[in-house]
Amino acid sequence: MTEQNSILSEIEPELADTILSSRRDVFAKYARRAGFLASAPLVIALASNEAFGQALPKKVEDVLNFALTLEYLEAAFYDAGNKASGLIPGKYKTVFRTIGQHETAHVKLLQGALGAAAVKAPAVDFTAGGKYADVFSNFDTFLTLSQTFEDLGVAAYKGQAGNLAGTPVLTTALQIHSVEARHASEVRRIGLRLGWDGAFDKPLSKSAVLAAATPFLA
Amino acid sequence: MDMQTKASRRHILKWTGVGAGIMVAGSLLPNFGISTALGAELGDGDVGVLNYAYALEQLEAAFYIQVLKTPFSSMQENDQVILTSIRDHEIAHRDFLKKALGRNAIGALEVDFSAVDFGSRASVLGTAEVFENLGVAAYNGAGQLIKNVDYLAAAGSIVSIEARHAAAISDLLRPYSAQAVGRGHVDSKGLDGALLPSQVLPKAAPFIKTPVTAASLA
Repeated sequence: MTEQNSILSEIEPELADTILSSRRDVFAKYARRAGFLASAPLVIALASNEAFGQALPKKVEDVLNFALTLEYLEAAFYDAGNKASGLIPGKYKTVFRTIGQHETAHVKLLQGALGAAAVKAPAVDFTAGGKYADVFSNFDTFLTLSQTFEDLGVAAYKGQAGNLAGTPVLTTALQIHSVEARHASEVRRIGLRLGWDGAFDKPLSKSAVLAAATPFLA
Repeated sequence: MDMQTKASRRHILKWTGVGAGIMVAGSLLPNFGISTALGAELGDGDVGVLNYAYALEQLEAAFYIQVLKTPFSSMQENDQVILTSIRDHEIAHRDFLKKALGRNAIGALEVDFSAVDFGSRASVLGTAEVFENLGVAAYNGAGQLIKNVDYLAAAGSIVSIEARHAAAISDLLRPYSAQAVGRGHVDSKGLDGALLPSQVLPKAAPFIKTPVTAASLA
């Protein structure tokens, strides 16, 4: 064990394993460009590919398309939920409408960043093959899936941070990541739970996230 | 590069309750003349970033410890459960960072909460909301300054907890509101705040008596 490994193990042994096993060479490739880090602007021109010239680095593109897929899923979920009459109790409507606006904004932002490389929206099935048949008629079911998607989103972005290290996209991804965490906390609160599971949030690998999301892709 | 050139190029951040602000050093003294026995210099590179986070976590931990020590009169069970959990998280973050920094850790900072009325729910929660949102923006903006991906992962596991806290505190102040999922901090692109140390330190300065300098963080 290196010193760094033991530092992470202080948080959570599982976390250290996840992070260390999910590292990619991309970090070494981009992070070591001296000056890049120091000069990376806080507000990233994610609105176009121009930040990188004509094409995003393939690894960054993969991460953004992965994120976009999750955002499509979330945006479609809240779009359907907010439209379903009688589903969301009046006092919670503002929360879910606002969350839906954020997810739609994330979709647009990522689409803009990827340009022609953006993946298409996946076909979705929020009943997961009938398991959650009442997702848009029973608020408890809707709330359960909402929390699932939000906590999953937080863990997914967190798991990709290392892959974006040293690129100007990192800050933007972090700025989405914390918004998902705000959502997760409030949705859990509506479900009469604490907004967290502990002092440190855990990342999830891409494969673990896709495994969790796959039942909802038609 | 000789030391003199290096030092004179540095942007010196002076972070005190009296004269917060950014100064460009003409001096060779990286701590701008403040006695190291009384002040805290955050340091270079990742150590500087981690000390920066450690300083903010010290501030948060000290705040919530005081909140629970002298609870406001109208503190409901719900307030207490949430604030106690948040206090424990901030202590865990503080202690984690101190341990990660080892002998490079700055000392214990002396705090100044004279602007807070601990007997008032509005004052306590209003201050908590400021601290949590400042923490989120600070971690989001500092991510790009971190070179070691393991530290980036650790920061990622903390920042989403801060964002969850921010939502929970906003919800205590304004239950089920748009603010509880980020309105006021999340922009029209769905992005959360991201601030550089030079933007964060002056906002934290009124609450910290110990002079803190950041010779290499911009």
